[in-house]
Parts: sequence; C-alpha cells; structure tokens
Amino acid sequence: MGMRACVVLFPGLNADAEMARTLSLAGFDVTIIRHTDHSLPDRTDLCTIPGGFSYGDYLRCGAIAKVAPILPAIRAHADKGGYVLGVCNGFQILTESGLLPGALTQNAGLRFDCRDIYVQVTHDGPFTPSPKTLWRLPIAHAEGCYQASPDTLRRLQDEGRIALRYATATGEVTDAANPNGSVENIAGVYGGPRKNVLGLMPHPERMSEKVLGGDDGRVLFDLVARAIGA
Amino acid sequence: MSFAFPGDRPITRELLAEHKVSADEYERAKAALGREPTYTELGVISVMWSEHCSYKSSRVHLKRLPTKGPKVVVGPGENAGAVDIGDGYCAVFKMESHNHPSYIEPHQGAATGVGGILRDVFTMGARPIASLNSLRFGKPSHPKTADLVRGVSAGIGGYGNAIGVPTVGGETQFDEAYDGNILVNAFTCGVAKKEGLFFGRATGTGNPILYIGAKTGRDGIHGATMASDEFGAGKEGTGQLATASSIKKGERSTIQVGDPFLGKLLLEACLELFTNDALEGIQDMGAAGLTSSSVEMAGRAGSGVEIDLDLVPRRAKKMMPYEILLSESQERMLLVAKKGREQEVLDVCTRWELDAAVIGQVTDTGRWVVKATPDYCPLADAPIARASVTVCDLPTDALTDKAPQYDRPRAPWKTRATQSFDKVVTDHRATLLSLLSSANIGDKGGIFRQYDQIVRGGTLVRPGGDAAVVRVPYDAARTDAYAKDPFKYLAFAVDCNGRMCELDPEMGAKMAIAEVCRNLVVTGAEPLGITDCLNFANPERPEVMESFALAVDGMAAACNALSVPIVSGNVSLYNETTLPDGKGKVAIFPTPSVAAVGQLRSAADVVRPWFRGAGDVVLLLGRHDDGRGLGGSELGCMLHGKLVGPAPVIDLDEEVRLQKLVLGLARAHVLQSAHDVADGGLAVALAECVATGPEHEPVFGAIIDEAALGPATQRTACLFGEAPTRVIVSVTTDVAARAMADAKAAGVVCTRLGITALADTLCLGAFEVSTPEIRAARSQALSFVFG
Repeated sequence: MGMRACVVLFPGLNADAEMARTLSLAGFDVTIIRHTDHSLPDRTDLCTIPGGFSYGDYLRCGAIAKVAPILPAIRAHADKGGYVLGVCNGFQILTESGLLPGALTQNAGLRFDCRDIYVQVTHDGPFTPSPKTLWRLPIAHAEGCYQASPDTLRRLQDEGRIALRYATATGEVTDAANPNGSVENIAGVYGGPRKNVLGLMPHPERMSEKVLGGDDGRVLFDLVARAIGA
Repeated sequence: MSFAFPGDRPITRELLAEHKVSADEYERAKAALGREPTYTELGVISVMWSEHCSYKSSRVHLKRLPTKGPKVVVGPGENAGAVDIGDGYCAVFKMESHNHPSYIEPHQGAATGVGGILRDVFTMGARPIASLNSLRFGKPSHPKTADLVRGVSAGIGGYGNAIGVPTVGGETQFDEAYDGNILVNAFTCGVAKKEGLFFGRATGTGNPILYIGAKTGRDGIHGATMASDEFGAGKEGTGQLATASSIKKGERSTIQVGDPFLGKLLLEACLELFTNDALEGIQDMGAAGLTSSSVEMAGRAGSGVEIDLDLVPRRAKKMMPYEILLSESQERMLLVAKKGREQEVLDVCTRWELDAAVIGQVTDTGRWVVKATPDYCPLADAPIARASVTVCDLPTDALTDKAPQYDRPRAPWKTRATQSFDKVVTDHRATLLSLLSSANIGDKGGIFRQYDQIVRGGTLVRPGGDAAVVRVPYDAARTDAYAKDPFKYLAFAVDCNGRMCELDPEMGAKMAIAEVCRNLVVTGAEPLGITDCLNFANPERPEVMESFALAVDGMAAACNALSVPIVSGNVSLYNETTLPDGKGKVAIFPTPSVAAVGQLRSAADVVRPWFRGAGDVVLLLGRHDDGRGLGGSELGCMLHGKLVGPAPVIDLDEEVRLQKLVLGLARAHVLQSAHDVADGGLAVALAECVATGPEHEPVFGAIIDEAALGPATQRTACLFGEAPTRVIVSVTTDVAARAMADAKAAGVVCTRLGITALADTLCLGAFEVSTPEIRAARSQALSFVFG
C-alpha cells in the first residue's frame, strides 16, 4: 500500500508546489487539503505544512493559522504519533500552535534572506540521519530567528530534540554560520511523543533534485518514508 | 439629461491645468461629446488621454517596432504579449515601469509595481512563474541613493516573496542622471495554454460585469496623470508632487499600497475561474483603475458598458463618483462573465474570501455609461435609498482609439557627454580591482538575497549570471501537475545601458537588444521574444522626442537583425527633475530597458558563466576592443568622474553571426562555460568567470597569455573597453579545434586567450589577481547600502 502525504494549504502559503513534487518523487501519494477542512485525508502518513506567508504574516507569522479549522486534526495526528513536517512558515505555524516549543522572530539582520546555507544534524530521528551529517539547503525567510527559554533549550537537548543547527561548510557551528541569529544556531526542532513532528526553517523540498542545485534535502524525505515503511 | 452631480467642481482653466488637459484637448473633448464634459467626465478624459494610458506621444513611433514572427501568439495591445513554447503552451510576459511612485515611497512604489505586472500577466490566464526587474538609482554618494535602494529592493521582495513568484534576476545601475528620478521596471512571465488565454474584452451584449478583489479606497487617485508629471524641486519624500493633480494638497498621497496576501488570493481565484469557462473577458484595474479597465475592455470589443457605482465594494466613506472611478486601489480585477454564470464566479470568490459584486453589464451602444446615486454611501449608518442618475456618458472610442495622438516636434539629439575618453591607465591590476568593487559592476547579492529566487521549486539558474533559467511544469496553470515530467525550460534576461543610449540613443538601443539576446544565448537559450519599458524624459522637448524616435529605430533594427519580435511593452515619459535651485532640469539618460524570454531544449542545455574545470581552453569570440569601447565605459566614468564618449558602434551582422555561433556551440554541448563581455570589459568578465561560481563548487583560475591581449598600446581598451559583440567561452582541449573551426566558418573572430587552471588565480598577462581578492572587491559594491 502506498504512503500517503498531505500538504495543508493555509491561505497565503505558496511553497506547496515544490513540497508536493518532492513528496511525489519520494514515493508518496500527495493530496492538497485546505485550512477549512476538518480532517486529514484517510490513512495520512505524513502531514506537511509548506512555506509561504499564511494570512500575509500581517500579524505574527503563523498566529492566525493556528486557529484555522484544520488545526485540531493536525494536532490529533501528531498526538497519536503521526508524522508532521513544517517548513519555514509551516515551522512558524507549528510553534504558534504549540506543536513545537519555542518561537520564531525577525532575522537578526532584519531583512529577508534567500541563499544556500549549511545545517548539521544534531540529533537523529525519523527525519534526520546520524549526528554531524552536513546538508546544504536554501533558506528564504525574514523571520527565522529561533528563540526558546533556557529551560526549553535544556529539555530539547536532554530529549534529543534539536534536529538541525546552522553550521559552516566544514561543519562548525559558529556565529558566522548562523544566518538569522537563532539561539544556539538551531535550524530545526523535533516535537511530538516520538519525535514525529519536525519544524525547520531551511527548505529541504527545494534542494531535492541535482538539477536545482543539490539533493541534500531529499535525504530527509527518504528517511521519513523509510520510517513510515518500518 | 443633466449630468451635474452634487460636489462637482466647475470646469475652469485652473481645473484643466490641474488635470493636464490642454486647451486643444478640451476642445477635442467637447467636439467628441457634443457638449461640455462634467467634472467627473473631465477626470476620466484626463486619465484616459494621459501619456500613461493613451501613449499619445509614443504611439506614432512604436508602430515601427517589429511585433510579428512565427512564434508570436499575442502581440502588443493586450495586457501582456505571448510567444509559443510548444505543445500548445505559451509564455506570457510584459514589463512595466513604476518610476514615480517608487521615488516618492520606494517600498510601496516598488511593491505595487510588482503587483501590477503580476496581475497584467495572470489576467491573461497565465500562472506567473518568474519575475525580474531593471533598476536605476542615482550615484552611490547621493544622500538619498542608499535609502532608495533599500526601500525598492525590500518592496520588490516584499510583494514577490509573499505572492510566491520567484524573482530570478535583474540589473541595477547607478548614475547621477538618476539622482532625482529613479527607474523601477518590473517584469513578469507566466505560462498558459494557448487556447486558455484570456483577453481584456467586454463582449456579449447583456453579459454581466463583475468587480472582484480589494475594496475601493481613495488611494492612488490620478496615479496615471502623475506618471506624466515631472518632479519638482523640494517635494521628495513629502508624498506630494509639485504639479499635483486635483487632489487638494496635503490631504493624501497618490501612492497605492500593496497587499500581496490579497494578491495571492486573487491570483488563485482567477486561475480557478479561468478553468470553468464562465468568463468572457478579464482585466486588471491598474492605472486609472475602474475607468481604464472598463473603457479598454469595451474599446477592444467595440462594445459599450454600463456601470453602477453604487454597487462597487468600497472601504472609504462618502466617495464621489470621481474618486471611485479614478481610485488606483490595488488587487482589483474587472470581469465579464457569461450571462447566467455570474453566481459561479461569485461562489469562487467567496471560497477565496474575496469581495465580489456584479456592477454592470455589456451593451452594444458603443458608449461608456456610468451611474450613481447622489449622496449614496453603502457604508453610511443608514444608507439612503438608491436612485441612480447618469454621471458619465461618453463614446468609448473617444477615450481609446480616438484619443489624441501627437507626432511631436523633434530636434537633433545632443548628448551631455561632450568629452572623449583620454586617460592613460598604468596600473591595470588596481584598476581591475576598483572596477570590481564599483556599485555598477560588483556583486548585487545584497539586493538579490532579499528576493525569494526559488519559491515553487523551478529555478535552475538563480540571479547574478547572464540569464536566469526556470523550468515550468507543462501545465503550469494547474497546481496538481507538479509531479509531471518533462518540463519547459525558459530563460530570462533584462538589459539596457543608459550611458550608451545617452551617447547615441539609436546605437545604445541596438546594443541593449543585442545584449539581452546575447545573455540568453550564452546561457543556452534561443531568444523567443522581447518586452520593453521605454523610460525617457519630457517628450515635449524636441530633443527628447528625437531620442525616443532614435531608440525605437535602434531597437527595431536590432530586433529585425536578430529575428526577435517585441510582443509587449510600456512607455514612461517625463522622467526628469527640476533642480533644487529651480534653474534647469535634470533628465534621466534615455533608458529603453528590454527583457527577453528564451527557451532551452532541456536542462542539459544550460551553460554557466564560470569556469568548470582545469586545463580548458579559454576563447574570446568576437573582436578585441581596440579603443572603440572606452566611451560610455565604467572605466571612463570612474576616471573622468562623468560620462565620456563616444559611443561604441555595434555591427548587427557581426552580432547575429556571434549569437548563432554561440547558441550552436551551446546546443552541441561543446561549451564548458560562456559569459557575455559587458560592463567593465574583458578583464571584469574574466574575473567573473573565475570567481562567481557557487561557493560550494571548486574554483578554477585561468592563465591568459599576454600575447593574446592585443597590442600593448591598446591594452587598456582590450582589458576594460566595453565594445559589444564579445563572448568568453571555455571548452575542453579535445573540442577546442572544433570550436575554433566553427567560429571561422561562422565568420566570427576567435582568439585563444589561454587556459583554465587549478590555482585560484587569474593571470592576465603581466599581472594576476586571486579569487579571494576578486570576491572581496566584488563584495564591496553595495556596502554603502547594506553595510
């Protein structure tokens, strides 16, 4: 039986095309659903929230999406261990809705920033391979500065929930490698009862084909596909 | 029948002057109507007869541009042009200016420029797939320049990023000629099925006219007339123009505010509407808003329309008909639905949470009729009963085809550059590094990084090279088709060197067309079509009108030579500023910006500008600069502190031979790299071949033989002259002989410059620079803006 993924399209999200294509390439049957739906498609294995500007980001990023009709269904899916992936604005929606800890604020440089950066895997999990693995991925955001309280950061570290950190091309986690001022260079965090929820600012779905400049991002989708199949 | 409406202002000489309607034009209006126009009608006439809407000074010349060709699907006259890209699909594209608003309020001006061009493209039934821009700012040291660059780049990104269309390229030049009048030209390309194209036509008597999108406010009233104003002294930053329109001074600005979130909803709603066959026609409410969209739709169809303003959704209270008709509130579209299908349209809009209303119908009267109820305001606490009366009743063609057209007087063009290049350069190494660090030549990453260049996952070649490449799902109008292969591969470039146009408008325009096409072929793409944005000063000055005519002739000659048609475009005139002391005016350089769309057969055809391996042979295709390209060069401006002449001469036959050769080599997969030689000349181009590759890819240097750099007496010109029609390619040693033989057979001069090397150093005969030095110099270019 094929794996099933859905892409949740809140109004103003715009990175649905590359998410849908990459999921397809990774072997998923893909359904696009809308924020006004009240349930995920039957037998959804992976629920994704792509990037964009939900509700224009006119309030706080993701702050309006969290009260959309579809949110309880995503929460229920996550609570029972179903896989959820939020990229960029999707990550912001997950932190706003409390599915992931912490918050994302304006880049330290105060400007939208689109370029390739490197992230290093900190903790492995359903979406990430062994620690120290280095990926080159693109970022494209203005509000990607991850913030969390010291208690939360300690808990994330203790529970192995820091998925990715910004690093240099040679794998050093330095201030210079941090594109947005995120605390402890955090680029992505795990949530959910069994690390089944991942939010990250870089766009693995835009770096999943060599012709687009690299395919490091594809690993993330292959890993979660393998986790679903296991 | 009386048309007087409460609140109408009497028509006086002053009122006519405010509306920029001349005495002759007023007589013409009276003759067309057979009576005096009302206040509201005067407002309508003034915008429809404005330069921006009527092209009254330019139309007579634009007719000389070649607009036909085997691949042309839609030529000029519609909301955008379209060219065939095969399998029943077409690329739909246009470029438009938003110069004046961007100078007054850079962020919103640029953002709404992007929003406007996006709507011009998707109104044709095309999903936008890429945007580019062409920007001109004043000299870097001018006190306003850095702020303007920050505002404009953030505004372009702010709209494009949020609506989710990648901004994949652009060009930016700085010169004091733009100190008081920046240029912001925005380009968008979309893709549509040929049989799925929509047009701005109000056809079918009795068909309902619908308004969808944002509510109407008072923003942007008379923006179209403003575009025909010069800037006055001391008015910058006040949100006001010296010769402003009928808006009472100080009350509000004529700048529109963009809402990309609403734009995104409108885009998706329209794309859905296009698929369900309920529409007859559609048009963006752009410049002159509801007026121009309804007038132009009726004009193209040869029909009439009747509109009831009481039904127009609005967000400001007590709006007069004059204001509703001339508002340029953003994110609004005018639709003509098939009779009986209007509810389907309304339902789609409801689902996308958009305002929508039936506001009128198509007639066969040939007249543009507008009704409204005096003192009626739907937002009032207790709206009065509606009893609409006729506010405007004008013959449609008087506002469109029979609008004034002028063949304005012309006088010989005189360039302000009276001096010729006469400097002696001794330190070529230091000169190269200075050029690389200049704002015009160095790295524009600070601008590009603010643009989402890759949203929707189709960008193969990002900004910063000769041309961008985007792959498009065949069925780009559908969102569920992204898993499908194969793709169409489209390339985009935008160009114009205003300095060359200032020296010689005809030659400069030829060079712009040649270069924009050259940028495509060095990337491996065949040019299919061009769109233009013709930015000039006041056409009422005979020498300016002459520069316009010459530029059109130059463009036409180059398009004909290269067999590339112009399928859409825009004219922006009156780009000049009164000096602060009130004495005299500063005009921009004649700047006919051009953007070209090309097609690659596959991803394998993509050629990159940077060297890809060691030991490859570096060839120059085209003649060395022997001094003919020092005039107009960045080196000339740097050393003289001002523009110096004379303009280089371009030989279009030579250009055609070069481009055929390069495209042939690219498609035969002979080229390891290819890069246009442009601003800064050969030395800068070679430095870019060495140092502009992605940081994660290995760097290859090059050893260029001194003997290959022409005679020592012409070394400065050879290294830094900007003569056109030159391309640097690298080829592996095994095909070098073939490439040289092909060049010979094509009649293109070919010089073996040297070889690429493992070391990250560019040896240029007598001197060398390292890649880190080149990168450090290039990174300085915009430090005055972004720190």
